[in-house]
Amino acid sequence: MIPLSWYLILAAALFSVGLYGVLARKNAIAILMGVELMLNAVNINLVAFWRYQAPEQVVGQVFAIMVFAVSAAEVAVGLALVISLYRRRRTVVAENIDLLKW
Amino acid sequence: MGFLNDPILFIAEWLSALLSGWGLSDGLINVILTFLGVFVVANFGMLYVIFLVWLERKLAARIQDRLGPNRVGPYGLFQTVADILKLFTKEDTTPRGADKVVFNLAPILAVFSVLLIWAVIPFASTWVGTDLNVGVLYIVAVGSIGVVSTLIAGWSSNNKFALLGAFRTVAQLVSYEVPMVLSMLVPVLLARNMGLNAIVQAQDNWYSVFFWMAPIATLIFFISSIAEVGRTPFDLLEAESEIVAGFHIEYSGAKFAMIFAAEFLHAFTISVLTITLFFGGWQGWGDQFPIVGWVWFMIKSMLAYFLVVWVRSTLPRIRIDHMLNYNWKFLTPLALVVLIVTALLDRIVADNVDILTSQGQIIRSATLFAANVVIAWVTVALIRRRARQRPARVPVAQPRPVARPPEASTPASS
Amino acid sequence: MTPVQVIFLLTSLLVLGTALMVVTAPNLVRSALWLIATLFSVAVVFVLLEASFLAVVQVVVYIGAIAIMFIFAVMLTRKVMQDTGPQTNSNWWLAAVFSLLLFAGLAWMLSTWGGFGAQAAASVPETTIVDLGQALVSPDAYILPFEVASVLLLAALIGAIVVAWDR
Repeated sequence: MIPLSWYLILAAALFSVGLYGVLARKNAIAILMGVELMLNAVNINLVAFWRYQAPEQVVGQVFAIMVFAVSAAEVAVGLALVISLYRRRRTVVAENIDLLKW
Repeated sequence: MGFLNDPILFIAEWLSALLSGWGLSDGLINVILTFLGVFVVANFGMLYVIFLVWLERKLAARIQDRLGPNRVGPYGLFQTVADILKLFTKEDTTPRGADKVVFNLAPILAVFSVLLIWAVIPFASTWVGTDLNVGVLYIVAVGSIGVVSTLIAGWSSNNKFALLGAFRTVAQLVSYEVPMVLSMLVPVLLARNMGLNAIVQAQDNWYSVFFWMAPIATLIFFISSIAEVGRTPFDLLEAESEIVAGFHIEYSGAKFAMIFAAEFLHAFTISVLTITLFFGGWQGWGDQFPIVGWVWFMIKSMLAYFLVVWVRSTLPRIRIDHMLNYNWKFLTPLALVVLIVTALLDRIVADNVDILTSQGQIIRSATLFAANVVIAWVTVALIRRRARQRPARVPVAQPRPVARPPEASTPASS
Repeated sequence: MTPVQVIFLLTSLLVLGTALMVVTAPNLVRSALWLIATLFSVAVVFVLLEASFLAVVQVVVYIGAIAIMFIFAVMLTRKVMQDTGPQTNSNWWLAAVFSLLLFAGLAWMLSTWGGFGAQAAASVPETTIVDLGQALVSPDAYILPFEVASVLLLAALIGAIVVAWDR
């Protein structure tokens, strides 16, 4: 059977890839995509622990559902911000959005 | 008698006996039989589309007082085959500047998302692809993949009309998913189970069919599914006079044939879903034999498909802003109200009456039907009152300056 | 190597491969499409973990809503059809080093934990969905986080509309 360690390593690897996406990309939307990858890694972790430690309690799945809801809300607001920024400054490159008030 | 009793099971047992006689292991036999089942269901879907296209053309023609295809074969039955041959021999173009991989992927995803729905539909009491216990939610999930295929089809065509069409299509599809999901929850609520076979088996008498308990939900599901497929009256997305065929402008030949087949199969799939969720699926007289159950299933789904074609041939197209208003300001609140009222009333009835008996079922159906009638009455009264408060504006042209020749007494200069 | 292990290895290759394509693809719409593939592979991982409800919710919420939002945002914020120029900023090598360090650190830290090599626990009970539904709405279970999540979604909905309002 599949030991728990395999799932945890997979989640850690996905988290690191997401982190690379957040730190290394110029486009603000690509940064948000990296954040989505990190949230998915967290979900894999949660569900793996639910399955392996306590499958008869549903709290693991409830937590994962909360993460779904939070990530959906965050993506919506983040993309709205990016679109609003694009309308004002005509750029979505994160480095160029560098004025605190204009 | 074994064959007539349950043909699919008989054939499966015969095949597995044959294969194990050839020396194959049990796991491999299982895999082979599953693949065979998938092959049969998928091919049934795609081949049935050939018949459905002919049926739709004939029906639409007769409703419009003309004949329809009647040259190719008896009654024009082979017209669709001729059309398919024509489409496959057309030149397969890819527009310049288009993203080739994505452009070719979009029609595949369109057919993929519709065929996946067929995996959970119960054809008879024991004939179901895979009896998921989250069948209804699975259908919603697979519908979302179809939305993605439309979007990437429009984007990858490198064509402004296609992109605009794709945006509007996705706006419509995503908007109409909301009342569709809400109205799909009503049979889930009434059957206490999300699996499709369980929902069908909970409607085992003519009076406990979910249509009686939730007629408004049936209507809402039917209307939003028609909008999900993109058929008239919601077919602004591919109207030639409006947006020059929308997101599939640049598709020709075999790729267009796939998108076309996916749309027709989707239309049939939603009629199948309507009868499964609300009209008892394969239930009917004598349905302990799976063959009879399948026959009932086909009869009911063809009746529902006839309704879809009838609506398509009769109603005019609605404008996109009317369409979105209709969804968000009418269908979604109505679906929410129906869901809440049904949940409350079903709980009250179930606490006071034993709904497992037939008498309990009749009381339940009658109560919920009465509640639906009340909701419909209130809705119509509200709409009427609102329509009276805002009198419909009759478009009257503003008086426009009319060109007149200059007066003879007016001096031409100065 | 049992078949389940082979399936898990293939799925995790898919997850990580598509995730790497997400963060390295120069064309942003391609990147969004690779994200859809990653999200679908994560749904497959959920199915392997016997959380079928979560797998389907993953497809509905992430692919059906969030990925479409991403594609819309990408399409609304670009001037030309193809993206030009490199998509990584000047510190990408430092980011790669940090990610590798983080992964190594996480792997090492987890390996020192006692339950790391644990095998699967008892089988999942049949009534998981019913239990889940009841846990989300029963007062001595998780109704409060459920309601707070609903308020959060409402706030995000209103906030997104207000922020992106075209004045």
